[in-house]
Amino acid sequence: MLRGRDIISVNDLSRHDFEEIFRMADEILEAPDRWSSILRSKIMATAFFEPSTRTRLSFQTAMLRLGGEVIDLGEVEKSSIAKGENLSDTIRMLDSYADVIVIRHRLEGAAKLAAEIAEKPVINAGDGSRNHPTQAMIDLYTIRRLHGRIDGLTIGVLGDLKYGRATNSFIAALTRFRIGKLYLISPPQLRVRDDTRELLVEAGIEFREVERLEEVVEDLDVLYASRIQKERFPDPSEYEMVRGSYVITGESLRGAKKNLVILHPLPRVDEISFEVDSTPYAKYFEQAALGVPVRMALLKLILVG
Amino acid sequence: MAEKPLLVAKIRNGTIIDHIPAGRALSILRLMGITGKEGFTVAIVMNVESRKLGRKDIIKVEGLELRPEDTDKIALLAPMATINVVKDYAVVEKRKAVPPKIVEGFLRCKNPNCITNQKNEPVKPRFITASYDPLKLVCDYCSLALTFDDIARQLESRP
Repeated sequence: MLRGRDIISVNDLSRHDFEEIFRMADEILEAPDRWSSILRSKIMATAFFEPSTRTRLSFQTAMLRLGGEVIDLGEVEKSSIAKGENLSDTIRMLDSYADVIVIRHRLEGAAKLAAEIAEKPVINAGDGSRNHPTQAMIDLYTIRRLHGRIDGLTIGVLGDLKYGRATNSFIAALTRFRIGKLYLISPPQLRVRDDTRELLVEAGIEFREVERLEEVVEDLDVLYASRIQKERFPDPSEYEMVRGSYVITGESLRGAKKNLVILHPLPRVDEISFEVDSTPYAKYFEQAALGVPVRMALLKLILVG
Repeated sequence: MAEKPLLVAKIRNGTIIDHIPAGRALSILRLMGITGKEGFTVAIVMNVESRKLGRKDIIKVEGLELRPEDTDKIALLAPMATINVVKDYAVVEKRKAVPPKIVEGFLRCKNPNCITNQKNEPVKPRFITASYDPLKLVCDYCSLALTFDDIARQLESRP
């Protein structure tokens, strides 16, 4: 049951929760018009303390498609935050206006604090470097749609596995399923954190950490790519050295399975070269499009069950 | 074999905290909120021989009976500590200090990007005990772990 619940971290979600959302998203995709007024008279507040395009717009689109209304905190520089209002007071205000609050914040734990303050459900649209639970829902839903299952698949996650909130949430979400094998592909500086490793061991997931995509590409059913950010490297020359090895090109996909699915939470900069877009592997735009039905499913289940 | 003479006289009513790692007694007192101004008679014995620990500290507080929630904090610095409640010169209760499941308010998260480190937010740091041996506390907001060394460093560096 998701009704009335806060969605802060993948760790709060069971396999059953994921499946409930997936089934709802399936129903919505089958007959979108059937749901177009189910959230009439409900209001969703979006409070994005950090820039976002896709996540904010897809949440807003999702709410509008369900017949609900949207209020938005607007750009932080132009809101009361600029006058020094803290997060807690801002959330208290939104709690009194809206039926559900969607928050994104730079700081770790901001969404959890918001959920403790607000009586209305709070959805984390990304905070700090670990949690982006709705992105993980979309990622898994995309895999399920394209492969027909999640269990048993061999999955590679490439890029920034240490600080990327999307990769961290994706990996955590995989522990809810019985995947075949997990390859963690990253430069040594951006390997997963110890607690993620512990989580994988605890969940009994077979995983291997490698530095090069070419070592494992032939095995993969899914390749989840993410951006390696320059600011993560104390030495810019180190960044220049590793970045080339993590750009996905036609060449680096040589030997890949026919039905390999490449995902990316977007935005991408240059980590997937444009030539890959025209291959059958490229599913990241489809993944982004599925953001709307998945968020519709979530909003519907949280607000009216 | 004759017993070694006691360094400090027996107490009549109060609490004895035994098996404190050597050198930590003062920090433990601070953690318990005992400053010396409360009027209790307090005896501290430091760096005495111990079969279990090699060297250990002992604290005796006359007239103070600690509740389990007070003593549990002690375990954060002294996981082997035992707490003896004394009545009429006899130990009437002996318990191990066990770290609380939830530690709220007096430890800080070491993650500068954690919401609990924002000065203008009314939020108390909160940690969940993820493992007792070795002791590991996990920030309830950002999931970053504090190890026993982190905890000891924080508690011992307090003024």
